[in-house]
Amino acid sequence: MTAAQVLFYLLAAFTVALALMVVLAQNIVRAAVALIFSFCGLAGLYLLLDAEFLAAVQVLIYVGGITILLLFAILLTSRIAGKGVRVLNEQKLLSGLVAVVLVVLLGAAVRRGFPALAARPPQPENTPAIGELLMTTYALPFEAVSILLLVGMVGAIYLARKEPR
Amino acid sequence: MVPLSHYLLLGALLFGIGLFGALTRRHAISILMALELMFNAVNLSFIALSRYLPGSHMQGHVFAVFVIAVAAAEAAIGLAIVLGLYRNFKTVNVDEINLMKW
Repeated sequence: MTAAQVLFYLLAAFTVALALMVVLAQNIVRAAVALIFSFCGLAGLYLLLDAEFLAAVQVLIYVGGITILLLFAILLTSRIAGKGVRVLNEQKLLSGLVAVVLVVLLGAAVRRGFPALAARPPQPENTPAIGELLMTTYALPFEAVSILLLVGMVGAIYLARKEPR
Repeated sequence: MVPLSHYLLLGALLFGIGLFGALTRRHAISILMALELMFNAVNLSFIALSRYLPGSHMQGHVFAVFVIAVAAAEAAIGLAIVLGLYRNFKTVNVDEINLMKW
């Protein structure tokens, strides 16, 4: 096994274990902290895939932004209750079955659909290529996303402010 | 070199875990966290395919950027909605919020 393989399996096991903790943890703050580290593991996987820009974006936006926002919302709303609180609803078995079936189907599709592809030779500079694509081929979706973010910002402020009586 | 299928299987596994969480957790913010896991599973698949498929250069990365932007908007709006729910119902457990259910 090469170093890349060892790193991949270590990061994969780390990410999956923490993802399971996010879903199953009794304490919601613990789930949020596990989510932070799961995102860090994914950033490491992106680095293994030669996606440096996306690894940096992952750390900045997910680790630094979204999870902190989630933690704030948790602290603002919930009783961060301990033992007696049920964290899963009564559909555990059914939705577990659905999730397992979905994973098995996706796994079968991956097995059949993708013959062993050799990786492309790594490109020296990924980030400028992303910028170029965003400004040329994908300029319209880029603008649409900026409008979406603006609308999202306005909507979030409107929804979260106190209603004047 | 790690084969492509392992990355895709990892993505599928993470997506399944996120799906289970989104379907079963009672706390609204937990559901949002499970959704973020699903977004990330899809991003991993995009980036892996972009690295391995012949002929595609950076498209997977660009799509991952879009997914991240949409996920950020989703998180902001979702948390604003959760705050509004808490203000009106004094709870954020989604199975206790059944005003519009028959």
